[in-house]
Amino acid sequence: MSRTLPFEQPITELMQRVRELRVVADGDARYAGELRRLEDKVSKLARELFEELTPWQRVQLSRHPRRPYFGDYLERLFDEFVELHGDRLYGDDAAIVGGFARYPRGPTGRSVMVIGHQKGRGTKEAVRRNFAMPNPEGYRKARRLMDLADRFRLPVLTFIDTPGAFPGIGAEERGQSEAIGQCLLTMSQLRVPVIATVVGEGGSGGALALGVANRVLALEHVWYSVISPEACASILWKDASQAERAADVLKPTAQMALELGAVDHVVEEPPGGAHHDWDGTARRLDYALREALAALDGLGEQELVDDRYRRFRRLGAVHA
Amino acid sequence: MAWNERVRPETDASEKRSAGKGVFRKCDGCGETLLAEVLENNFEVCPSCGAHHRLRHDGWRRLILDRGELVEWDRHLEPADPLQFSDGRGYRERIASAQKATGATEAIEIGRGHIDGLAIGWGAFHFTFMGGSMGSVDGEKIARLFERATAESLPVVLLQASGGARMQEGILSLMQMAKTVAALGRLREAGLPFISVCLHPTTGGVAASFALLGDVNMAEPKALVGFAGPRVIESTIRQTLPEGFQRAEFLLEHGMIDRVVPRTSMRAEIATILRHLRR
Repeated sequence: MSRTLPFEQPITELMQRVRELRVVADGDARYAGELRRLEDKVSKLARELFEELTPWQRVQLSRHPRRPYFGDYLERLFDEFVELHGDRLYGDDAAIVGGFARYPRGPTGRSVMVIGHQKGRGTKEAVRRNFAMPNPEGYRKARRLMDLADRFRLPVLTFIDTPGAFPGIGAEERGQSEAIGQCLLTMSQLRVPVIATVVGEGGSGGALALGVANRVLALEHVWYSVISPEACASILWKDASQAERAADVLKPTAQMALELGAVDHVVEEPPGGAHHDWDGTARRLDYALREALAALDGLGEQELVDDRYRRFRRLGAVHA
Repeated sequence: MAWNERVRPETDASEKRSAGKGVFRKCDGCGETLLAEVLENNFEVCPSCGAHHRLRHDGWRRLILDRGELVEWDRHLEPADPLQFSDGRGYRERIASAQKATGATEAIEIGRGHIDGLAIGWGAFHFTFMGGSMGSVDGEKIARLFERATAESLPVVLLQASGGARMQEGILSLMQMAKTVAALGRLREAGLPFISVCLHPTTGGVAASFALLGDVNMAEPKALVGFAGPRVIESTIRQTLPEGFQRAEFLLEHGMIDRVVPRTSMRAEIATILRHLRR
C-alpha cells in the first residue's frame, strides 16, 4: 500500500511545502505572519477537500498505514499502563491489548481499565497481531478484564480498530461466536462507566464486541458497519473489487453512524487526517474522552447499566 | 456471514418439487423417492435415513407447541429503509417480495405458546425470509420477546435459522446484536431459562449474539452453526475445510452446544429441560 493515497496527494504536498518553508525561514520573525497565513490556508483547503470525501475514501483513510493505532493513543493519553495478558483458558491474543492505566494524565487521573484492538506496524508486527483480527482468546481476555474492572469499579475505556473477528478454523473450533456473544453480554451489564471509541476500522461483530458502551465516540475518518465494503461487494456482485461501489450503498462512515444514533460524537481529526498529526489527534480525542467520562460521573451503578441499556434499546429503524 | 451468502445445505431441497407435481419428493440424504405427503407428515425428516429437510415455521409450531398454537406478538412491526439501500434492486422491493413469498411480515415470529401445558415465550426465525437475516425489526422483536418474557415470568425457547445480521440496514443491523443480548441479560437476571435451538444455518451476527448464549444450546443434526461462513473462511485461509466443519456434531465435539437433537425428539427434550429448570 502506498503511503499516500491518490486523493490526499495535493494536500500532503502542500503541507510538506509549508513545512519546508518553515525550515528555510528558520524562525525569522519577518516571515512568521506569512507562514501562519499559509498554514491556515492549507488547513482550510484540507478541511474543504475532506468534507467531500466519498465513503470509500474514508474507509481508505481508516486503514492508512501511518494512521495512529491503539498503542499510540495509549502512550499519549494514559499513565502507568500495566498490560494484562491471557484469557485463563487457552492463550493470549496479541490482537487485543488491555490492562490497568491512569486516565487522564496528571493530578486528576484515576485508575481505569483500557482495552483495544491492536494493529501492528510493519509486516512482522502486523502478522504477530494478526492484523487486529482477534481469535476467541482475545474476546475472552477482554471479557475477563471487563469483569475485573466491574469488581474493582474501574471505568472501562475501549478502542476499536479491527477489520473483523478472525475467520479461521481454530477460531470456529474454539467458539468465536460464543466468545463475542459473551463479550456483548458482559459489557451490557457492567456497573461502571464504559466509553468506546472507534479509532480506525469498526468491522462488524468483532468491533461491536468492544463497543457496548454508555458513550460511543468515533474519529472522523473511520468505518463502522455490519460488514466490510469488500465482503458486501462479494455478496452483492460476487466481486470484492467493487468495494468502492459497495461503500456507496453501505454508507459505513462515522457520519452515518452518528446520524443513525450508533455513534454519539464524532471527533474531528487534524487537517489531512489523523496520520498527519498523531499528537493533535490524541489531544482532540483526550478532550472528548474527558467530556464523556465527566458526563457519566455521578451516575450510580444501576443507572449506568440502565443508561447503556436504553442507549442500545432505541437503536433501529422500525415502522410500527 | 450476510443473509444472502449462499449456504448449500446438504439437507435443503424442501422446495425442489420433483416430477409428479409434488406427489413425490427425493430425499437429500439417501436419494430415496418418497411420497411428499409422507415427508410432510414426518416434519420433513426422511423415514429411511433420518435426513432433516427444511421445515417451515408453521411446521415448527405444530412440532413443538401444544396444539401448534401461538399467540403472536408484534406482528405489525415492519422494516424501514434507513440507508435507502439499493444494489440495483431496492431494499423496500426486496422486503415486499419476501413478504409476498412467505406470507410473513419479517424474518422472525415471536409470541406466547405452551409446551406440555407450560407457558413459554417463543421465537422462530423464517430462513426463507431474506435468509433469516436480522434487521431492526427482528432485533426489536427479539428484545421484546426477552423483555416480555421477563415481565410475564416465561422461559424462552428461540429457534434460530439465520445467515446473520442484515446487510441492507448497515450499522443498525449490527446494533441489534447488542440490543438483543442486553435484553437477554434481563431475562437471565430474572432467573428465567433460555433454550436456544440452532437450526440450519445459524451464522454471523445471530450466532455471535444470543444463539450460543442459551442456558441450554441445542442444534439439529448437521445444522451449520458458526461465526464466519465457510466461503469466507476458505478464501481467508486458502484451505479446503474439513468434512463436517461447523456442523452441529462438530460443535458438540468442541463443547459449544449441549445436545444434537433430532427433530422427532425435539419437543420432548425441550419439555424435559424446562421441567428441570422450573423453580
